[in-house]
Amino acid sequence: MKILVPVKRVIDYNVKVRVKADGTGVDLANVKMSMNPFDEIAVEEAMRLKEGGKATEVVAVSCGVTACQETLRTAMAIGADRAILVETDVELQPLAVAKLLAAVAKKEGPQLIILGKQAIDDDSNQTGQMLAALLGWSQATFASKVVIGDGKATVTREIDGGLETLDISLPAIVTTDLRLNEPRYATLPNIMKAKKKPLDVVKPADLGVDVAPRLSTVSVAEPPKRSAGVKVADVAQLVDKLKNEAKVIA
Amino acid sequence: MSLLVIAEHDNASLKAATLNAVTAAARIGGEIHILVAGSGCGAVAEQAAKVAGVAKVRVADAAHYGDQTAENLAALIVANAAGYTHILAAATSNGKNTLPRVAALLDVAQISEIISVVDADTFVRPIYAGNAMATVKSADAVKVITVRTTGFDAAAATGGAATVEAVAAGADLGQSKLIGRELTKSARPELGAAKIIVSGGRGMGSGENYHKVLEPLADKLGAAMGASRAAVDAGFVPNDYQVGQTGKIVAPQLYIAIGISGAIQHLAGMKDSKVIVAINKDPDAPIFQVADYGLVADLFAAVPELTAAL
Repeated sequence: MKILVPVKRVIDYNVKVRVKADGTGVDLANVKMSMNPFDEIAVEEAMRLKEGGKATEVVAVSCGVTACQETLRTAMAIGADRAILVETDVELQPLAVAKLLAAVAKKEGPQLIILGKQAIDDDSNQTGQMLAALLGWSQATFASKVVIGDGKATVTREIDGGLETLDISLPAIVTTDLRLNEPRYATLPNIMKAKKKPLDVVKPADLGVDVAPRLSTVSVAEPPKRSAGVKVADVAQLVDKLKNEAKVIA
Repeated sequence: MSLLVIAEHDNASLKAATLNAVTAAARIGGEIHILVAGSGCGAVAEQAAKVAGVAKVRVADAAHYGDQTAENLAALIVANAAGYTHILAAATSNGKNTLPRVAALLDVAQISEIISVVDADTFVRPIYAGNAMATVKSADAVKVITVRTTGFDAAAATGGAATVEAVAAGADLGQSKLIGRELTKSARPELGAAKIIVSGGRGMGSGENYHKVLEPLADKLGAAMGASRAAVDAGFVPNDYQVGQTGKIVAPQLYIAIGISGAIQHLAGMKDSKVIVAINKDPDAPIFQVADYGLVADLFAAVPELTAAL
């Protein structure tokens, strides 16, 4: 079974985001970029399925600018066998990415596509579900456990108030939640090896996909600042403030 | 103009998150309909019909909607989408699971987790874990929207008198099947709906300490219990306790952060709370920068003292 793993290049998890003064977006100049953390979990899960004999090939895919090749090299350093970049300078929104991935999936014929539940830049949480819809496949989002069976996957999902387990027919889409696994670090020999693995580049037009954005950004602003309050000396003063000043407890 | 709100429910009762989505729909303006898809969900439809401001409740009652699986639900919503300019659901795990599927089937963008309505096409939503607020305008004919419940007050649960009509169920696609659910059993309020939340972080040291120290306080306050991602990663509590960018977004009247340093990902989930209290032994912890009342103290002494003082 082949597994496709879409990965996104995003602003690094540890970078403090700054809104541009002209309100057109956030400042991405000279900012460290990394693989979306949920996508790292997706690559790791695919590798574990391959190492467990459930998958034969893991193909990483990314959509975006030329620099996404770095993200794909990272995926291959973790263990992906090869990579595909759908290269474009157009701002890609989730629906466009889902269409590009659907076109790649139709060519590649994977039985499973594993991707992050959301990207930490736009926090959309859409691409996996949209991809499942476009392909007409089953979906299991927010996964914390994946077991591959005969023609199906049994997936435990993080839902409000607890967990649920679904049997989904293959081919299927799985999106990862935090507790699915702990991604490994790429070792230096594997980083070197990844440089020699095949990386194909295609264009959206080659896939026959219109990637024009549907949403336009009117403005991007700083969130309202919450100012620090006061430090209280002890528990008694805290209780007094909560009862008599904030009036949030009786 | 008419708008369709997808009901969040468990086949027995309508969940409060639906009421916030109804308010978002009312801000956009137009005739509001609620779609209740479930199994044996007549009681939910009755409750939905009483929600203030709702004109019509449409009910699809069939066995294969009982578990709210995304494939069947999305197909049903798309089959009933004609005539609506907006389709909304609360950004719960169900809403987030299903609505993008609906949007893709309709070939439109989804606008995720809106916190305010500018006009019928334009909405504000947080990006980068709430470190920036984007105002986005949709060019699509139908707007598919998830609503961050903390951004909108709940509509009144009573006072309405909507008509109720049945809609035909679609075929069972048979692509996914629920095997089981393990829901955290708790007499406490739900995190998303609680007026007071007691939340613990890495400073709790262990799962045992988390329960031993925080439960008496939560009991006394009638509070829900939450946790930072660090506490979840350390295995102190299950993931459904998590408050933050990748967990639940909450905005209670009172949020008490105990042994939580205040990483930006955690602040993203709770900084709209009305009053924030932080108890932490590190005076430089970032949580104090957003707390209304900060107490620099050893939590293992201060929390039992606080519990006793209430």
